[in-house]
Amino acid sequence: MTYDATFRVWRGDATGGDLQTFTVAVNEGEVVLDIIHRLRATQAGDLAVRWNCKAGKCGSCSAEINGRPRLMCLTRMSTFGEGETVTVTPLRTFPVIRDLVTDVSYNYDKAAQIPAFTPRAREKDGTHRMQQVDVERSQEFRKCIECFLCQDTCHVIRDHEENKAVFAGPRFLIRLAELDMHPLDVVDRKDAAQDEFGLGYCNITKCCSEVCPEGIHLTDNGIIPLKERVVDRKYDPLTWLGSRIGRRPKD
Amino acid sequence: MHAGRAVGSGGAVTATAPRRTGAVAPGHGNGMPAPRRAAIAARTLRTDRWWIQPLLVVLALVLFTIYATFRAFQNAHYFSEPYISPFYSPCITTACEGSSFPELFTGPSWISPALYVLIFPLGIRATCYYYRKAYYRSFWLSPPACAVAEPHKRYTGETRLPLLGQNIHRYALYAALVINVILFYDAVLAFRDETGAWGHMGLGTLILLANAVLLFLYSVSCHSCRHIVGGRLNNFSRHPLRYKAWMQVSRLNGRHMQLAWASLLSVVLTDVYVFLLATDTINDLRFF
Ligand code: SF4
Ligand code: SF4
Ligand code: FES
Ligand code: FES
Repeated sequence: MTYDATFRVWRGDATGGDLQTFTVAVNEGEVVLDIIHRLRATQAGDLAVRWNCKAGKCGSCSAEINGRPRLMCLTRMSTFGEGETVTVTPLRTFPVIRDLVTDVSYNYDKAAQIPAFTPRAREKDGTHRMQQVDVERSQEFRKCIECFLCQDTCHVIRDHEENKAVFAGPRFLIRLAELDMHPLDVVDRKDAAQDEFGLGYCNITKCCSEVCPEGIHLTDNGIIPLKERVVDRKYDPLTWLGSRIGRRPKD
Repeated sequence: MHAGRAVGSGGAVTATAPRRTGAVAPGHGNGMPAPRRAAIAARTLRTDRWWIQPLLVVLALVLFTIYATFRAFQNAHYFSEPYISPFYSPCITTACEGSSFPELFTGPSWISPALYVLIFPLGIRATCYYYRKAYYRSFWLSPPACAVAEPHKRYTGETRLPLLGQNIHRYALYAALVINVILFYDAVLAFRDETGAWGHMGLGTLILLANAVLLFLYSVSCHSCRHIVGGRLNNFSRHPLRYKAWMQVSRLNGRHMQLAWASLLSVVLTDVYVFLLATDTINDLRFF
């Protein structure tokens, strides 16, 4: 079962570029990344593309396929009709380096700014103990492979470059949530989440959750709970009062 | 274990990069394409019909608003012994038809009693995390669908008034829970017959009851509710009962969108049923 597919691939760099059309063979069971590799092997030897594991685990091969942020290695060709043109572009939210490769350093800068995990003192026997039920919520976010598809699709920065300075993006809002929920961590990140990492910019329209290849419930389990924690701290007069008169311990 | 790790007590495990201190100011967009991004002119390259979902939401919410506004101002046909329409409950003025609730005051007769209580269901729905998603996407187009560019030049989200006000959502929830109790009370009263004797049940009783249940599930599945019953804790193991409650609410919370629509529809259907009874268009189906 081999057929010829029409591919439109964006080629160029920061100074300009365009969608170029190719006809390329597709075999049964292949994914978009296979086709990009075949293109490179047969027609476009200098096509720049970033990939590594081909198993949806390294987060390198993020791109936009027919306008949707996807991992190329997890997008089966069988999801397209044989006559359908498949359009592949680089992530549109980040500066392009060349062809399908973008400069995602915005994400690494934000990652480095998150107040680091700071555990409480160890037990007398030198260990840190916690119950599974207490870390379970944080562990969902540990599945993240840092493909940055959520960052790419988030309209706060996708459509408003100027917001990059003030908004850390969904991936790092769930990092803040992960640490804020962590039973061992002692740093409070609620004020920073709202004032410095731009939690309030998120309008919970859930595109991050829609594109996450790990199926992380970024909005329901991370961002909304974090918003609620910030409300406790900053906007709810009752919980504010409770914490003032010492009726409400940290957890 | 690893070099550079602060072993022992308290220390951060990795270093944190410096960042700006204090609150940051929003950016000022000019609607121009961002520098150094791939030059693609199309607003979206999506090939599916991404506009269907926002369109359906607009249609549903506009139809509901028209219907609810009409009924709230109509000030008639909202009561048919022993049933009261949810739009008019609790009915708190002396002008009310029926006597399902203590009459607290005499309002001007041209003000429909629905208007005094409308704010409560409106409050929870308008600030609900799900409905926010729905109307930000479909009415404000921010964004209309994922990876479809929004038309606005600037965007500040929920960082400033009036949208900063969405943070009072939990108070809207508390108010809605009170209304939930009243709707159950209405459903209990619906076990009386026209003369006020207990031991009646008709199709209307079932409808009122189902409506009260759906609205209650909508409230309980709320994200703020999930936070309040347990989400704010960091040590579930020390609060086993709240952990159980949180697990239950979390399960319902996964269905919050469905419950939001189901309860909206049930309010309309319940009201229609009472309207048809009150205008003598149909008769209540009596079970006993
Ligand atoms: S839910 Fe919030 S963080 Fe996620 S994509 Fe939408 S605006 Fe961005
Ligand atoms: S949260 Fe999901 S979409 Fe975002 S970077 Fe991690 S794996 Fe990718
Ligand atoms: S190549 Fe590793 S995620 Fe696709
Ligand atoms: S009612 Fe929808 S989130 Fe609270």
